[in-house]
Amino acid sequence: MNVAIIDYGLGNLFSINNACKLVGLNTIITSDINKISKADALILPGVGAFGDAINSLNENNLTQTIYEFVRTGKPFLGICLGMQLLFSESEEFGSHKGLDLIKGKVVKFPTINKLGESIRVPQIQWNQIYAEDINRWNESPLKNISEGTYMHFVHSYYAIPEENNNILTYTEYEGIRYTSAVMKDNIIGIQYHPEKSAEAGINIYRNWANYIINKSY
Amino acid sequence: MQNIRIIPRLDIKGPNLVKGIHLEGLRVLGKPEDFARYYYENGADELIYQDVVASLYERNSLHEIISRTAKDLLIPLTVGGGLRTLDDIKLVLRAGADKVSLNTAAIKNPKFIKDAASKFGSSTILVAIEAIKQIDGRYLAYIDNGREETGVEVVEWAQQIEELGAGEILITSVDRDGTAEGFDIDLLKSITMRVTIPVIAHGGASNMANMADSIFEGKASALAIASIFHYSAMNKLIHSEEDFLEGNNSFKNSGKIFSKIKSCEISDVKSFLKESKIPCRPVI
Repeated sequence: MNVAIIDYGLGNLFSINNACKLVGLNTIITSDINKISKADALILPGVGAFGDAINSLNENNLTQTIYEFVRTGKPFLGICLGMQLLFSESEEFGSHKGLDLIKGKVVKFPTINKLGESIRVPQIQWNQIYAEDINRWNESPLKNISEGTYMHFVHSYYAIPEENNNILTYTEYEGIRYTSAVMKDNIIGIQYHPEKSAEAGINIYRNWANYIINKSY
Repeated sequence: MQNIRIIPRLDIKGPNLVKGIHLEGLRVLGKPEDFARYYYENGADELIYQDVVASLYERNSLHEIISRTAKDLLIPLTVGGGLRTLDDIKLVLRAGADKVSLNTAAIKNPKFIKDAASKFGSSTILVAIEAIKQIDGRYLAYIDNGREETGVEVVEWAQQIEELGAGEILITSVDRDGTAEGFDIDLLKSITMRVTIPVIAHGGASNMANMADSIFEGKASALAIASIFHYSAMNKLIHSEEDFLEGNNSFKNSGKIFSKIKSCEISDVKSFLKESKIPCRPVI
């Protein structure tokens, strides 16, 4: 199975590529529209600024390519900033329009919590993931991973989906409960870095790889 | 409270893992790959590779070490040492690093932090500060492994680092490095009070009570630990003689343990944190 990892000049693709190979997926790192369309599955990676990312996707005609890919029903995975880009808009350095594949917005962690204590931003730590709906969890790449498993997180912004049934996992940071993964049909978005979360993280890739082949979890 | 990260720090010289005192007098301990793997399997949350002589020699050996380890050690890896240009950063990221640690080049040209953060993302850029306490009590930042003074005040520099867009600060107490006398809590506090980005404590990791202080009082988000882990790991790893062709091997070959330093395992630290009600990712 061939997975295209979109190369639009943002972020370090080594570890995502490495994780795909570990679970037996063939990868191609590309911004070539034809190669992306022919792939069996697609990954949108990304670190950095939301605005730069969406501009870069637009400039490379990748936005349309992503929409067409998603319409085919083939698996599409957004990781970290790639997850945030799935949403309608972000407030990062002014307001930016996102891909709008999932309704909702992306906001920044406050630097002070409700108790007046300061919060470290970005959140950089191993944090736990929980199921919004355990049935949904079991029909996703999270199946056979225990609730409360620790994953590696690095981010300053988080997504707020409009519809609860898009929420796959939630996580708490300094008293803020937020959505850490989303799923809608063939689209999955993951805020944390499974590729940097030891064996448990690789299991998410392994389950997703099985889904690419069997079209079911 | 966030989950405190325990980060073994590996100082690398050529093909070897080394450790000194006050960043000097480097002793060869073994192969960095062996130690890295050992720490990964024993619950390390991240790893730091610091090329301690990068400014003096060519750096290809470090790229090879990164590539060899990044493929199967599936936790974040920070690489530092002699990174002066955006291209230098690109090459270590391409070799498999997740974050880079900047010091000398950043202090000589603070805009480098901004450029690097905007090109690679804030979360990819960590700035390391090497602090030495002065007779008048002030902490000044040093470069080149604590050898060269800059005259820059550590707290002001930390605030500037945050404004320039770095995602994290690693603060090394050069005075404490390799001594196992404990993290410098005053130094830590002075920085964590003034910035909101996470701060990693480094230099002097020793007894557990001091680790708890560095978190409760010093407000560290992570602890970077070298000597006390290395001396424990050394005894568990078996090395072949050819691992030690270069560098000062007399320490390693003597079979001595560093008697002043009480070594421990990552699991010892994490069990202590748990008992002290400090959250962390458990060792599996």
